[in-house]
Amino acid sequence: MAITREEVLHVAKLARLELSGDEVERLTLELGAILEAVGKVAELDLDDVPPTSHPLELVNAWREDEPHESLGLDAVFANAPQREGDLFRVPPTT
Amino acid sequence: MGGMGVAAMSRLVDTLRLTAEEASGLLERKDVTAAELHRAYLDAAAERDPELHCYLRLVEEPVGDGVPIALKDVISTQGIETTAGSKLLAGYAPQFDSTVAARCKAAGLPIIGKTNTDEFAMGSSTENSAYGPTRNPWNPERVPGGSGGGSAAAVSAGLAPWALGSDTGGSIKQPSALCGNVGLRPTYGTVSRYGIVAFASSLDQVGPVARNVRDCALLYSLIAGRDERDSTTVELPEPVRLPEGEDLTGLRIGVPKELNEADGIEPGVTDAVRRAIELARSLGAEVGECELPRSVEYGMPCYYLIAPAEASSNLARYDGVRYGLRVDGERYQEMVERTRDAGFGDEPKRRIMLGTYALSAGYFDAFYGQAQKVRTVIAREHAAAFERFDVLVSPTSPTVAFKLGEKAANPLAMYLSDLLTIPSCMAGLPGLNIPCGLSEGLPVGLQLIGPQFSENTLFRTGHALEQAIGFDPVPERLR
Repeated sequence: MAITREEVLHVAKLARLELSGDEVERLTLELGAILEAVGKVAELDLDDVPPTSHPLELVNAWREDEPHESLGLDAVFANAPQREGDLFRVPPTT
Repeated sequence: MGGMGVAAMSRLVDTLRLTAEEASGLLERKDVTAAELHRAYLDAAAERDPELHCYLRLVEEPVGDGVPIALKDVISTQGIETTAGSKLLAGYAPQFDSTVAARCKAAGLPIIGKTNTDEFAMGSSTENSAYGPTRNPWNPERVPGGSGGGSAAAVSAGLAPWALGSDTGGSIKQPSALCGNVGLRPTYGTVSRYGIVAFASSLDQVGPVARNVRDCALLYSLIAGRDERDSTTVELPEPVRLPEGEDLTGLRIGVPKELNEADGIEPGVTDAVRRAIELARSLGAEVGECELPRSVEYGMPCYYLIAPAEASSNLARYDGVRYGLRVDGERYQEMVERTRDAGFGDEPKRRIMLGTYALSAGYFDAFYGQAQKVRTVIAREHAAAFERFDVLVSPTSPTVAFKLGEKAANPLAMYLSDLLTIPSCMAGLPGLNIPCGLSEGLPVGLQLIGPQFSENTLFRTGHALEQAIGFDPVPERLR
């Protein structure tokens, strides 16, 4: 189960990672080997088996909708790389 | 007890041997103060941590009048830097406590420090920490296991009486095995993850690391139970009982063939585990063989699809916008991609890439969907075994502690360190590691697995075996 360089670049784009050239080469090899190992799950015929997404049989964990105090704005922005007033400042998107 | 001499203190507080229960007794009798106790562990850390690097940071002044506790650095602590072993979170100061930190504080336990971890808890050796590896107190040329190598090594080296770790596929049990102490991965849903740096949400659990089973049970009782802030949590069906008995009469122990005969298990590990099983029989347990035909063979592939898939989603939040590292870029997209490339180390990148691939269009059903079905198979196989047995036993780790660097260049070899811990994690089952002997002068861990919510049975079994085995948890070179 090899993965191509182009697929690695495509997945990196999806994952919002700007990989260096070296990283692309290395990940192409490593992911190929890992995918071959994990691809083993395909050997099993599991058409009749339901998937498990969560190990406990919990359904609809409701709680009362009660107002609670939330963090103050200074706390919310305490770790912000860049704050402008009550906003997180980021570079332009277009 | 102010003004106690150094010699008198060190007689009362031998941090290498003192259990948390004993420490609590010293405090109750006012033989020592909480400040003196805290200082004793800080002194031990000053002496030994430059070599071992268990801690990413220490807390000088105790807050609380109880027994100090170390917390893995994925556990948010208000006002105390929490990095998850990543450069991405360097300097990050949580504005609120995780529920487990809050419960420790409510019980009066002062936080003594934050312990080293593989970056975002991804690894089996603590070598993936962006802040440098932790070393094994039994032999500093060896790894302490991971991802919670810092917590396990701190307890074994007498730098904390107990600690909390987190476990996704073995990150509590495997380091405890490699460092020779007791670690519990609790039943999924019994301990809150509110305020824990998320890795794989259908698997992550917080749990205790301690010097013996009673301390482990005590610490579990302090952190377990429903938390309104984590809707995946439940109340314990019965209160935690501190184990006392020394016999195992009536207990049915299953020895799963595949978990005990897997390729790569070292002969010295098998020998120590077999001796422990014989001891269990002599304590009155009924022992029988059983099978988990597909859980071991397919557990690792299943885990390394599901955990990275969930990780790729959880780690999407590190985008340089609200907290953590930001690397500037002309455009938003460029800023995000540069931040993530600079902030994540090799292992998180591998897993983000793997998980993103497994979830991407065209591959979702074949990888993630199929892995979720394998997960059902694993849960069913364990349920079938528990129709005949109360506890399943196996080695926790196929090997004793390996050398630093030995597996660092080969991700797949490293992943196999968790071969035996992964299957029960996939099924949401509790697992307890206890030390069961030495091989090549290094600790061997025995894994005890029970049905969901069977922690009391695991504590009873672990405690009785611990007495019979008589393992000395103090590393030979520190005695």
